[in-house]
Amino acid sequence: MTNIPHLLTILTFLPLVGAIFIAGIRGEDEHVARNARWVALWTSGAVFLLSLLLWFGFDRSNPGFQFEERAEWIPALNITYRMGVDGISMPFVLLCTLLTPICVLASWEAIETRVKEYMIAFLVLETFMVGTFCALDFVAFYVFFEGVLIPMFIIIGVWGGPRRVYSAFKFFLFTLLGSVLMLVAILTMYDQAGTTDIPTLMTTKFDPQLQIWLWLAFFASFAVKVPMWPVHTWLPDAHVEAPTAGSVILAGVLLKMGGYGFLRFSIPMLPDASTTLAPLVFGLSIVAVIYTSLVALAQTDMKKLIAYSSVAHMGFVTAGTFALNRQGVEGAMIQMLSHGIVSGALFLCVGVVYDRLHSREIARYGGLVNNMPRYAFAFMIFTMASVGLPGTSGFIGEFLVMVGVFKASTWVAFFITTGIILGAAYMLWLYRRVIFGKLEKDDVKAMLDLSPREVTIFVPLILIVLWMGIYPSSFTAITGPTIDQLISNYEVAVGPTQPGSLIAPAEAAPAEPTTTEPATPGPAPAAPAEGQQ
Amino acid sequence: MDVAIVALPLLGALIAGLGNRRLGDRGANWITSGLMLVSFVLSWIVFLRYDGNPRVTELFTWFESGTFEASWAVRVDQLSAVMLVVVTTVSSMVHVYSIGYMGHDESKPRFMAYLSLFTFCMLMLVTADNFMQMFFGWEGVGLCSYLLIGFWFHRPSANAAAIKAFIVNRVGDFGFALGIMGVFLLFGTVGFDAVFAATPEKVGQTFHFLSWDVDILTTLCILLFIGAMGKSAQLLLHTWLPDAMEGPTPVSALIHAATMVTAGVFMVCRLSPMFEYAPDAKMIVTIVGAATAFFAATVGLVQNDIKRVIAYSTCSQLGYMFFAAGVGAYGAAMFHLFTHAFFKALLFLCAGSVIHAMSDEQDMRKMGGIWKLIPWTYGLMWIGSLALAGIPFFAGYYSKDIILESAFAAHTGAGTFAFWLGVSAAMMTAFYSWRLILMTFHGETRADHETYHHVHESPWVMLAPLIVLAIGAVFAGFVYYDKFVGETMEAFWGASILFAEGNEVTHHAHDVPTWVKLSPLVVGIAGIALAYLFYMFRTDLPARLAGTFGGLYRFLLNKWYFDELYEAIFVEPAKRLGFGLWKGGDGAIIDRLGPDGIANVSQDVARQATRLQSGYVYHYAFAMLIGVVILVTWYLFGSGW
Repeated sequence: MTNIPHLLTILTFLPLVGAIFIAGIRGEDEHVARNARWVALWTSGAVFLLSLLLWFGFDRSNPGFQFEERAEWIPALNITYRMGVDGISMPFVLLCTLLTPICVLASWEAIETRVKEYMIAFLVLETFMVGTFCALDFVAFYVFFEGVLIPMFIIIGVWGGPRRVYSAFKFFLFTLLGSVLMLVAILTMYDQAGTTDIPTLMTTKFDPQLQIWLWLAFFASFAVKVPMWPVHTWLPDAHVEAPTAGSVILAGVLLKMGGYGFLRFSIPMLPDASTTLAPLVFGLSIVAVIYTSLVALAQTDMKKLIAYSSVAHMGFVTAGTFALNRQGVEGAMIQMLSHGIVSGALFLCVGVVYDRLHSREIARYGGLVNNMPRYAFAFMIFTMASVGLPGTSGFIGEFLVMVGVFKASTWVAFFITTGIILGAAYMLWLYRRVIFGKLEKDDVKAMLDLSPREVTIFVPLILIVLWMGIYPSSFTAITGPTIDQLISNYEVAVGPTQPGSLIAPAEAAPAEPTTTEPATPGPAPAAPAEGQQ
Repeated sequence: MDVAIVALPLLGALIAGLGNRRLGDRGANWITSGLMLVSFVLSWIVFLRYDGNPRVTELFTWFESGTFEASWAVRVDQLSAVMLVVVTTVSSMVHVYSIGYMGHDESKPRFMAYLSLFTFCMLMLVTADNFMQMFFGWEGVGLCSYLLIGFWFHRPSANAAAIKAFIVNRVGDFGFALGIMGVFLLFGTVGFDAVFAATPEKVGQTFHFLSWDVDILTTLCILLFIGAMGKSAQLLLHTWLPDAMEGPTPVSALIHAATMVTAGVFMVCRLSPMFEYAPDAKMIVTIVGAATAFFAATVGLVQNDIKRVIAYSTCSQLGYMFFAAGVGAYGAAMFHLFTHAFFKALLFLCAGSVIHAMSDEQDMRKMGGIWKLIPWTYGLMWIGSLALAGIPFFAGYYSKDIILESAFAAHTGAGTFAFWLGVSAAMMTAFYSWRLILMTFHGETRADHETYHHVHESPWVMLAPLIVLAIGAVFAGFVYYDKFVGETMEAFWGASILFAEGNEVTHHAHDVPTWVKLSPLVVGIAGIALAYLFYMFRTDLPARLAGTFGGLYRFLLNKWYFDELYEAIFVEPAKRLGFGLWKGGDGAIIDRLGPDGIANVSQDVARQATRLQSGYVYHYAFAMLIGVVILVTWYLFGSGW
């Protein structure tokens, strides 16, 4: 194992170094723009290559934190600078480092004004994103988590569409409002436990009554980030106005911070409250899946449609997370990673045509398969992944979630599963209107197929989508042990549950607990035979 | 070798699909068809040399999440061996046929790539060793079906049909997916062998599904069957199949007649070890199958599009297969699947040949009088129709008879229901088959002069595959009768199909009364005779009948109004609801009360506050004065006076 010391710190702050470097570039506008682009690309590329060391150096049998770093920060308050990744956060770090260079490439020609500032914003954003997933101290985490808002706010507000200011403020205020409550929760926890060290807090037991309040405070923050219904309305506006790369990061990484928060904080630190309030999450998730899918059907703007589909897909994530079993949580993880790639790619797909025609109106297009076959192919792959076709990444996540949720509640599974029908409806409807049909409009006819730069963007994403769909074991090998530990800790914390209580033995005798079929492995031999007698 | 059978079509699809333009039409044709023919030969070798011991070649783990795991595997047992032969035979013939049929099309490599990709998915489905791989193949063929129905993407109708097919299938898959989740919950695994071995222990267990306590095996079987209903276009989920005829005709032959739509039947047979323990689910299968057989036949009577007639016929024949499986005669179901693949693919490809000859005309009302011009197609169409109508010694005769006999021999309410509906459907089958032949080939031509003048026999590259299929349509029944449904069928099927203790239906079927045995033949001949009467001798009768029974005629012509019904209760409300939730829910409620509302309130407050700052000195002085008064007052009162 090639072990670079302070790898996580380097990954986190290297983009910042690049940003400072760009800030120092002087000269003519065009010259500055070109250099800024290249520096951003080189920096984010280097970060990505370095982050591969995480992938290869990660000990897949160790469920705990790895690549740990610790330094004194504010000793008087018992606050340290602590970094580390486990099976849950490591894939997200890679997702950030992969998407950033892709975003830089995607903005190569699309951004023409204030390129220098744009690239600085993106690199700063990367620092905050990576930091969020690496931080193991609440103070550092909160700084990174909130810090993300600033460059994103600027990216939407400066390089966005016509209603960018409204959207940027909506985005900022929504997320900030939630985060303030989270800050209160963090301070309360600090007050109780005397530390902001996350691994320590994960083993601290909080009073169940307090847990509820803490949980709700965290929930306020994460639910906005995910976003869950009914606090999702900032997302379509933000996406529509954000530049392409902004949407990619927004959908690809920022939404995942909510899901990550649930897995990192809500479940391990507040297990009792998680059990109590899981029905609330289920309810909101069901509404998210069905409601936003229906809304997506009615959209006439490509980006809005995909934004609403994101809400629906994240509904799967929250439902799976609070199924609180291995398949549900793992499905949520895979779904988040998959959605990070797929929705990012779909926004890139929109970006491709937006760059050419400067319209997101679905009706403006049609028949693109005729003059843009490569584009049609890429779009088809991502559409299918979004629909959850087996063999693509979307399927694995969705199906694992559904299996996990089915164990927890069949009603929830029943409603969530309708998502596979509605999802197919709005995505295929979008694809048909944009790609298929006759090529009639003159300006659409003049559109060129993917450029080599765009091909470079899409090919790795396609390969990852298929890889995750055909051999997801390389990902579950990383997430599995950590999730197993998460679940077993949770089960210890809340006491014994009754898995599989859904099934009753033959000629059910409710007073006979011995014949209850455990939902865990194998063809359990003795119990059911007894039941038959 | 097993793996090669599955992998070769994928290889062909990748080469033809990604190599697209560099390869050229010819290259794509040769590579895909060549690889497909190799796969076809290998399949027959596997089938003929199958030694009765199931074998599984595990490739690698697909996914594992705790105990929920599945592998990519190729399983070969008798059931999959039969399917291998069916799929690769029809597919390779369709590949070759397409070289001719799609000769003028612009994007031939794409077409061939889709066909091969479809074949790969179908083979993955039939060689699956667990529910998940089956689901992969299941959805994969759905994707290919979507792509191929919408192959001519410039037609709005083709695009609509493609989406419809995908979404209706998704409705079925909704049930299938829930079924798989239930299977995992109950058995803790999704591997076929492990599930089947554990099934008998689970008999009679109930579980809490949604809000009810239900018998678990029955529920699971019904959920899985919903998947089968979607894929095999059974009543209620059948609406996509006729529309799917928008695809090129070779696609209809391969996907929407011979292979994909029979996946549901295959699934029920594959899961026979579960269905055998769920008699209520079997009853539902029987009723749905019989109802479909009857319903589709009635609609087939009045359709005028040559492909739609055959499509409804397919739907109807699938119903036969289902009720055969439903009464426990899995062998008969598979037998009919096997023979039907040959003669229905033959009929479709013949129809394609007719359409090709008639310059892409599909309406039978604009045909007629062309039998002398295309004698080969005409003759082959006869063979296909004879087999379909169940005329003795053709393939369909054997398989359809054993199905009806089994339904009778089941001596259950559902079985008898199926028998009678099946017999009446058999009569209609014969009628619409000959209606098709007579309207298409005989009488005065109703085609315009131009078209009629261009009628020509298809090239050999199209006729040769027809002849191969015709051989199957003639001999498949006669040769394989004993193996599939005869006295030795248990030995033939081995462990691949479970006949539970006491399931002797297929054996009893051989001892039914003579009138039962004769009835399909009698009604078949009657149907043919009636068709001759209507469309050869008294050509005024159909119109008069349609006039007399106008209501019934329109009811049938409009396919029992299912499309209109679904449009009204699902599609339109979904659209309206979506729009309403968007504008009303997100816009009027959440945003207005949430962010925008708060923003407005704070703006109002700010505006009020600004008004205080008027800039006039006496305003400020007045305010100060009031302040001073209040302060002094408060101070005086506060100090207790």
